[in-house]
Order: sequence, then C-alpha cells, then structure tokens
Amino acid sequence: MLTRCKGFAKHKRQECCEMSTTPTKRVGVFVCHCGLNIAGTVNVNEVVERAKKQKGVVFAVDHKYLCSEPGQALVKDSIKQQHLDAVVIAACSPAMHETTFKNVVHSAGLNRYNCEIANIREQGSWVHDDHEKATAKSHIAVRQAIEKVKLNEALQPITVPVTRRVLVIGGGIAGIRAALDVANAGYEVYLVEKSGTIGGRMAQLSETFPTLDCSTCILGPLMVEAYRHPNIKLFRLSKVEEVKGYIGNFKVTVRQEPPYVDVAKCNACGECAKVCPAEVPNEFDMGLTWRKAIYTPFAQAVPPAYVLDSKNCLGLLPQACGECKKACDKFGTSCINLDAWPQVHEFEVGAIIAATGYELYDATKLTEYGYGTHPDIMTSLEFERMLSASGPTSGEIRCPSDGHTPKEIVFIQCAGQREPETGLPYCSKICCMYTARHAMMFHHKVPDGQAYVFYMDIRAGGKGYEEFVKRCQEEKGLLYLRGRVAKVFEENGKLTVKGVDTLSGKTVEINADIVVLAVGMIPSSGSHELASKLKASLDVYGFFAEAHPKLRPLESPTAGIYIAGAGHAPKDIPDTVAQASGAASKALDLLSSPTLEREPTVAKVTGELCSGCGICIPICPYTALGLSPTTKVAEVSAALCEGCGTCIASCPSGALSLRNLTDEQILAMVEAIVAS
Amino acid sequence: MQSYLYFPGCTLRTMAKDFDASAKASARALGFELKDMEGWLCCGAVFSNVNDNLMVKAGPNRILSRAQNEGNTLTTLCAGCYNVLKRTTFHAAHTPESQQAINTFNEETFNGGVEVLHFLEVLRDRVGFDAVEKAVRTPLKGLPVGAYYGCLLLRPPGEMKLDDPNRPSVMEDLFTRLGCTPIDYPARTQCCGSYLSVSSPEHSEPLARDIMRSARNSGARLLAVSCPLCKYNLETSHDGAAATTGDEEYLPIVYFTQLLGLALGLDPQQLQLDAHQMQRIREAQAPGVL
Repeated sequence: MLTRCKGFAKHKRQECCEMSTTPTKRVGVFVCHCGLNIAGTVNVNEVVERAKKQKGVVFAVDHKYLCSEPGQALVKDSIKQQHLDAVVIAACSPAMHETTFKNVVHSAGLNRYNCEIANIREQGSWVHDDHEKATAKSHIAVRQAIEKVKLNEALQPITVPVTRRVLVIGGGIAGIRAALDVANAGYEVYLVEKSGTIGGRMAQLSETFPTLDCSTCILGPLMVEAYRHPNIKLFRLSKVEEVKGYIGNFKVTVRQEPPYVDVAKCNACGECAKVCPAEVPNEFDMGLTWRKAIYTPFAQAVPPAYVLDSKNCLGLLPQACGECKKACDKFGTSCINLDAWPQVHEFEVGAIIAATGYELYDATKLTEYGYGTHPDIMTSLEFERMLSASGPTSGEIRCPSDGHTPKEIVFIQCAGQREPETGLPYCSKICCMYTARHAMMFHHKVPDGQAYVFYMDIRAGGKGYEEFVKRCQEEKGLLYLRGRVAKVFEENGKLTVKGVDTLSGKTVEINADIVVLAVGMIPSSGSHELASKLKASLDVYGFFAEAHPKLRPLESPTAGIYIAGAGHAPKDIPDTVAQASGAASKALDLLSSPTLEREPTVAKVTGELCSGCGICIPICPYTALGLSPTTKVAEVSAALCEGCGTCIASCPSGALSLRNLTDEQILAMVEAIVAS
Repeated sequence: MQSYLYFPGCTLRTMAKDFDASAKASARALGFELKDMEGWLCCGAVFSNVNDNLMVKAGPNRILSRAQNEGNTLTTLCAGCYNVLKRTTFHAAHTPESQQAINTFNEETFNGGVEVLHFLEVLRDRVGFDAVEKAVRTPLKGLPVGAYYGCLLLRPPGEMKLDDPNRPSVMEDLFTRLGCTPIDYPARTQCCGSYLSVSSPEHSEPLARDIMRSARNSGARLLAVSCPLCKYNLETSHDGAAATTGDEEYLPIVYFTQLLGLALGLDPQQLQLDAHQMQRIREAQAPGVL
C-alpha cells in the first residue's frame, strides 16, 4: 500500500515514498480531551488552532474521548472526507493506544505507518500544573509529530513463521499449570526445572488458606499429570543455558545434569540412600532435617525415583565411594550409573513462559529478631515444614532446640517487610493469611498453648480471606497484637519478645518458646541470570517486569516471553494459577496462527555507504546483523531486528538507518521542537 | 607522630575529663596523637530532626567547616557529638538546598567534605585491632565487661554506618583483644533514657535500671561506655534504685578508653581511674592479675 501522492506517475510515486520527501502529504491532527485528564490542564482548543497553522496540516479537530467509538469514527470519516494522507493523534502515551489508532487509520484505507502519536497526557497534562506551559509543550509535541509523520514511509508488516511449541521455565505450580494448559490445547511443551522434581514451593506447604486443603493432595495429581502428559517433555535438573532468536522463533539450549539413576528401572527401594555416607541439610525441610547425597526429594516427587546430587556426593570424577551402586546392584534393580554425563539439549520454541518462583528474604539480615542465634527463632517456611505430616516432626509442633512442645508462640508478621530503609519496601501479600493459618493450626495441635500474632494491619483481600482471618482471630488462645516487635533476645535461657501493642499503647514482653518470622518473598536467585538470557526486563526488586501493569500483566516487554507466578510479584496460589493459565492462553494465542507479523520499523543498510567494517555486528543485542557473503556489506535480518537503533549510533559511515526514524526525520523533529 | 584532628566537645572538658584524658593517653601509647581542632564550639548536643528550622544546624556546620581547613577527618569520642557531627555531614551531602542556606548564614562553606570518625573507628579501621593487641602490656585477663552501646553510636544505621545497630561487635572485638571476656547481654543497644533523666527521671530511670539488670544477670561485672550521658544515666539510676530499694549491688561504669589504657599498661591515675574504680575492676578480675 502506498501513500497517496497525487499528481505523481506510478513509478514516481514509488520513488517519492522511498525517498521520504512527500511534499504534498495532507496531514490531519486530532486532539483528545481524555475527559479532564488532558483538557483539565491543557487548552485543547489552542492546541487545535495552532496545529491548523502548521505547514501541511489541512484539518485539525478535538474530541472528548478519541478512543471511544464516536472518536474513532471521527478519525476514520475525516480521513476520507478531507482526503488525508497522514494523521497525528495528540492523546495519551503510544504504549496505551498507538495500536488502536493505527488500526483506525488502516481501516480508513491509509497505510498504518502514516499515523503518529503525540503524547500530551503522560508527558503533558499529568506531569504539569502550569496550564500555559503545559499547553505550549503539548503544541510542541504535536508539531514534532507532524514533521515526523510527513516523512514517514508506508511500510508493510514483516511476516515470520511461528514454531508452535512452548518452553516453560520453572516446575512449580505456575509452571505445571501453564504447561498443562498449553499441552491440553494440543501443543508440545518443554518444561525445564532446576531441581530433581517438579512441585516447587507448593509441595512444601502443609495446608493452604482459606480452605485448609492439604497442599500436596491438590498438587500431587497435577504433578503426575504433567509428568505423564504426552505433550510435555520434562527436563529436570536442568538449566536454560542460552536463548537466541525472537518471538515465534526462539532457539533454546538447555543443560541437564544427569540423575545417575535410571528412572525406568528405579523402584525407590532406598537401599542406595541407606549406605550413602554423605549427609547434607535437606532443602525440602528448610534444613531442619538431613538427607543423603542420593535421595528422593519427597514422597510424592515425580519422577518417583532416587536422584544423586553430584555436588554433595563424595566424588564421581574420580569415583570416591560408589557404595550406592554396590547396594543397588546387590539389593535393588541395578539402576545406578555413575558414569553419566550432563546432556545439552537444543530445541526451537515459539513462546517462553517464565515461572521462576520465589525465595525467602534472608532472615539473618533482620538482626533485631535474632534469627540464626537461637534454633527456636524460625522462618515461616520452616514452621510450615513442622506443620506438615511429611515434615521433620511428622506434623507435631516441637521446639527445634530441645524437642519440647511449645506453650507460648509468637508470630511476627511483616518481618523485614514494608521497611524501605532496612528491609523490603513491599508487602509480600500472603503473610497475613498464612500466619493466621499457622496460628490456628498451632492452636489445634497445642490446645492449651497461647499464640500471639504481632501485625501492622491485616491485608486479607481475596475470596473468603477476610472471613478466614476473622475466624482465626476469634479462636480462643489466639491473641492479635497490633504493633511491631522491637527485639527478640535470649535471656536466662528463655526467648523474650519485646514489642508494643499500639491499641493499648503499652509495651509488651512475652516469654516465647518459639518465634516465627513471616519474612518476605524475593525473586529466585537464578532469575537475574535467566532474565538476561531472555532479554526480559526485571523490576527494581528483581521480579520479572510486565509489559503494562494493568493491561498486559501476563507479558514481558520482550515479545514472546510470558510471565507467571511469584517470579513476577509476590502472590498466592489462586493468583499464581490464574496468571499461569493466562500466560498459557497468551502463548496459545501466538501459536494459533502459523505466521505472525512483526513491526517493520527496523534498521536498514544503505549498501553504497557501508564499508563492511562490521562494528555494528557485535553491538546488536539481537544478533540481527551480519555481513553479506556476496556483497560484503552489513545486512539486517528484519525478523530479528527490534528497531532499538544501537547499530545506527555505532555506524561510522552513516550507512545504517531506522525505518521511519531516519536522521532526516529526527532533525526535522528537533527543528520543530526548537522553532519558536 | 601521626595525628588525628580531634573534636573534644563540652562534656569532655567538664564532666567527662577522664574520657578525654584516657583517650589521649591511650592514643599516645599507640603511637598517634589526638590534636584538638582550632575554634571548636558546642555541637548542639542533639541532631535536630526538624527540617524547617535550619538555625539549629548552624552550629555543627560551623564546626565542620572549620575542621575542613585543618584536615579531611575529624575524630570524636563522645557518642553524642559523633552522632550530631556525622549526621550533619550526611545531610550536607544529601540536602544541597538547605545546606546552601546554612552556608550563606554561616558565611562559611561546608559541603560534606569531612569524614567524621569515632575513636573506635580509628582503632578498628585506621590503627587496626591487630596493632592494638600487639601494644597490650597488661592484658585484662578474664575481665567480664559488658559493652554498652546505647543508641547514638549506631542509629540511624543508614547514616552512622559504624556497626550493625542490633548486633554490634566493635567494642566486644576490642575488649577481646585487650584480654577481657566481653559479656553479651540483650539490653546493650537499648535506650538509656537520654535527656529524659533531666526532665522526667521517673521515665528514664526504669530504662537505665533495666540495662543494669540485664547486664548483671548475664554475668557482667563492669560496664564500658562511649557516651558521657549514658554513663550519667546509668549511674544515677543506680543511685535512685539504691535510695528506694536499698540495693547496694551496682556495676561500676567506665569509659572504654580507660580499659584500653589499663591494658596498654598506663598508670590508672593518668587514666583518671580512682581507687574505688580500680578496686572494683580488680575484684571483677581473677585475683592477682593487676
């Protein structure tokens, strides 16, 4: 589709568009009030009137809500009636409605790249108080958009094929749910998990709030379903090494450590673990118990087989012990092979779902609570394991120090959270709920015990949550104290909790048998490294960033990467599952067509100017540049290019330019901005 | 002899001459000198958290602008002075607009270019505890001393950065090198009551008494402090307690520099330790060591 350049012969018309010098483009300007969002600060009429005086502008008009149906119709009709060649929309950020208005322009028969957005809301009315200055600034924004759109080329989207497979990173509840949804829709899924089993944090929980469902009972069937699903290929003990390519066409390299145990043969008899001499803290029990170097992560682990942890084994290269293999050969099924090697898998996928989950904030940093100085000061996840029937005490609550049943227990909510200066500034969202559950479970298991909960305020937003917390608060033997704890210390062999009850205005001192700290959630330690491989951005705390906090919460700003679960932000199981299904459906949306269109605003090379120096090639973050084997000059792979412009800045001879953001356009925009 | 520019402060020239004298004598024994800065004046005693009254910040800024003519560090002993001056340097660097107003008023420019050090920092980071240990002549073997930090030395942690505000160790580390057996007790970072001892002692005394009780229960026989106000509050709380309860058992309180001086082999008189204090220290120690 070409820009309509009246009075030019057809071949000339082609040239005029290529040369970006259309002197006769008829530009229309549409200024949005956005209710009072813009019109409350910016004098919209003045912006319209001043726009009319710009060279090339044949039509300018305002509308209360341009994005509304009548607003869109106004744009469409005006293009037809006024024979417009190009359109400037002065409204909100292009992140918001650029696509909307490009579609309108397209439906009116114009090329969609003959539309430019002047952001007069986020960068205008919202950030300024001075009406006059905001109006003047909005006019400048409109003026530069006019100059740019006059020089825009008519472009066609680039069509690329889609690999109809999905990679899911992380085998917790988010990853399992997303993988199952994609697999059930009939597409292949690669599920990559770093540990020896899928299940994640949810497998460690005893019950879930607010229904007190047994966590493994509801998770277990999903784990088995994911493991047995014909469309899901599970890579456990694996790590994503490299991701190349772009949306629809990622090339992924995964490195998988060997389990050293043949899953098909192992019957989990456990003879190997009996003889293994290497003992290490069991991470599944948060270090409250020990496991051997050859072990099964937990009873419901899938695959249901033992796995050898090569880091803690006494030695494989050279083999130092080999007792497990001897025991397996003698009493078991001869399923251990100590000569296994890591494997590298390479495959192609169209979409990637990052479901990397969370870890706990390091409680030893909270020195006022004394974690690490006394075994009876625990984190909530350690206490969770103690509540679990599969935990270190088979569900009985005992003091880790000497094994006696605690009578007084103190729960400290927001431990190191909502503390911008010394801890995490954010709220981890789930602690009010699980602490209520912990306190209630404690009271059920130790009926004559007394539980105290220190809280700042109770955040129980969620279906059935407030009712659940109320029920816990009203339980006998459970005391909620609104205030913070100043200090936890040991004196004369007893733990003392010193805090304040702000409702009575008194300081409180409690002798506690156990102190449980509700520490916050932080992103998994590997997520930073993974994000750089995916070229996905992280937020200030290291969680995966979403493309838009309200309207695109399932997508990373990097196309083709979707996010699910607590790796995105602290969230509970229902939210995690909902987001995982959402991310899966976003991925399915992408796979539903064999091809996809990409923005054509990419770099281009002027061959005559390029000397083939190759400076741009390593600079490109997307590996989109290379030297042509025939002409020996740089060439751009349009499908890979994201249009970031890095190569253009690096080119010493000015041979590279960005389509629809050429130097000529930038200069024209600068001139429009600085012109008085 | 290497010298450190030193800000004494009012209390060290009046009530706490022993702190001043013992620190200077110890420094000389360690091979450096604390040199009084020219034209020092009152630091203001408390750092004002009020942001819209800049007058209260004129004093400490004037001290620091004078100090920067003589060097790039300023060493303090009194935890109160240390707190005020260190926080002033922090705010000078972080609130440029109000700093401009203060500088204009003072007609002396200070923009944060002086590093305020506590004597403990000089010992730990500049001299090094290894060198201190080497200089020890009469180790205070087994002396069960409780370090009392209070708040001014450590808080607010983001500005003071001397040590962990909840689990500090700098004094204990020093005392270990002097041969002592430092006692860890929960109240060592608790508030002593500060200036409430002047206006409403009925509120501050229980706090101070709690500190003494906590230290005694954990096995301390002696407390070492770095703040004259803490020392005053702890001592007077005992007097108050003794008057009401007849409690005769109390913990003697000394400055950490006095223990340092003793370990370095200095004469108790030079450290301004009186006969009574020395007797209590000897009693606390295994007999026959001193």
